[in-house]
Amino acid sequence: MSTLLVSHLNKRFGAFEALRDINLTLQSGEFVALVGASGCGKSTLLRIVGGLETRSNGVLEIDGVGITGPGHDRAMVFQDYSLYPWLSVIENVRFCRGLKAYRGQEANEAVRHADLLLELMGLTRVRNSRPDQLSGGMRQRVAIARALMAQPDFLLMDEPFGALDTQTREVMHDLILHVKEVEKSGILFVTHDVEEAVYLADRVVVLAPHPGHIDSVWHIDLPKRTQDLKLAPEFLHYKREITQRIRATSGMVSDLSVLAALAAG
Amino acid sequence: MGQLSSLEGVKTKPKPVAPPSSWTVRGTLSKPLYRFIALTSFVLLLASWWSVTASGIVDPMFLPSPQDVVSQAWNWATTDNLFTDTGISIYRVMAGFAISALMAVPLGLYIGAFQPVRAFFEPLLEFSRYLPAVAFVPLVLLWAGIGESSKITVIWLGTFFQMVLMISDDVSRVPMSQIEAARTLGATNGEVIRKVLLRSAMPGMFDTLRLTLGFAWTYLVVAEMVAANSGLGYAILQSQRFLQTDRIFVGIIVIGIIGLITDQGLRFIHRRLFPWVKK
Ligand SMILES: Nc1ncnc2c1ncn2[C@@H]1O[C@H](COP(=O)(O)OP(=O)(O)OP(=O)(O)O)[C@@H](O)[C@H]1O
Ligand SMILES: [Mg+2]
Repeated sequence: MSTLLVSHLNKRFGAFEALRDINLTLQSGEFVALVGASGCGKSTLLRIVGGLETRSNGVLEIDGVGITGPGHDRAMVFQDYSLYPWLSVIENVRFCRGLKAYRGQEANEAVRHADLLLELMGLTRVRNSRPDQLSGGMRQRVAIARALMAQPDFLLMDEPFGALDTQTREVMHDLILHVKEVEKSGILFVTHDVEEAVYLADRVVVLAPHPGHIDSVWHIDLPKRTQDLKLAPEFLHYKREITQRIRATSGMVSDLSVLAALAAG
Repeated sequence: MGQLSSLEGVKTKPKPVAPPSSWTVRGTLSKPLYRFIALTSFVLLLASWWSVTASGIVDPMFLPSPQDVVSQAWNWATTDNLFTDTGISIYRVMAGFAISALMAVPLGLYIGAFQPVRAFFEPLLEFSRYLPAVAFVPLVLLWAGIGESSKITVIWLGTFFQMVLMISDDVSRVPMSQIEAARTLGATNGEVIRKVLLRSAMPGMFDTLRLTLGFAWTYLVVAEMVAANSGLGYAILQSQRFLQTDRIFVGIIVIGIIGLITDQGLRFIHRRLFPWVKK
């Protein structure tokens, strides 16, 4: 059981203030979704937690230990192009096993874990295929399996299903919920799809821009997730409220009179 | 809706769908057709060469006929030493090219990996790249004499700088998310370089080497023309002295054929080694 703590975190890019006073905790087994208007700093926050970007000031620690760079306790899943095309599916999944950081860990255990992950992600059939021979959805499954192979305390995902079609996304949603049950990692998940956020997360954090700050946090209190739930009134309620918050904070209220003027020529 | 479903029952003869045109941008072309078109270009070149010489409008001293060139090639191969000349030239190209590559691959890799290394080398290399390698020949002769080392040095001068810059570009093109995925899995700098940068850039590097091998042949001829007493470049220069234009053609065509064969061979190996690269 680990706890990730973000406290009074700020981030500047030169004179540009990207994030201001971010406070957030995430525990193992918990699923937190970050949503917000484009450019409000979701990716930046995720990358800071992943150690790929530095913070300007503030506290970022796991179980009281400060984070200074990337580490295999926080594995990251990217939207695209992160698989190694020269390796087969199983070799991609087992990539971390060849790294010094994993020396001395039980090898038989790892083989079993890799096989279990392939099975969990429905990849057994394509075990020896190359990534370029797979569909987009399958590729993202491999990327998730590769991250899980490191047995991270926290899984960081930046719009991992952003490039997938709706049906594939739905399959991936149920898969990722299943993964959460089995692997017990804490998941920090960036998306611009509110429905996805409400369906997957225990908490939805709305970021607002100028500068990026936390606008509101929504505890999602819904029964066990099934695809039908997406049509239930309480689900739609969360979806509507959060969407409205994002719209209100994005500063992009569509001005219908301008549109009408344009259409009139 | 109603209109659509009323169409469902209508039986029409399925029309065969025409294959997509080869003339769409990035369209496709079948292998046999590609070979046929490629062959046509060679045949056309040969035919126009032959007709110009057969018509007699050009003095054979300026442009020998294809037949003359073939018989001269036979002559050179049987009574002279075409094969030793070719062999020694290939050896020089390979030696100069191998030394360049052995130095350029690691240096390019480190330039592509670390910004301070890039800052140190890149402007220097850009500068050196524009120094005319040919103009260095007198200096090289002074420094290295007329032994094998001077020819190899000229080839090195002509290929090395281009090669390093192109290889560092290949490394820079490795997608950031491949690197970052490795880092978040706990890879060290060394592991990122060996297991991601090198592997991911390898198809590009292989292509870079294939292209720079062509430069190596150009500089070989330069080197052999001024500082050798063997090799194809030397033979070409000798032939000029005795106005043996047909022999000059043989030398040039032999180099062209060697180039074509190695290039095709390397492309074949590329496809075998890196099947995931879509061309
Ligand atoms: N390396 C950088 N240098 C300067 N500015 C940056 C840098 N990275 C991000 N930014 C800026 O920080 C802001 C937040 O960017 P970020 O990518 O985190 O947004 P986002 O919420 O993920 O947006 P999207 O939904 O479009 O992915 C943007 O205005 C962006 O221009
Ligand atoms: Mg983003």
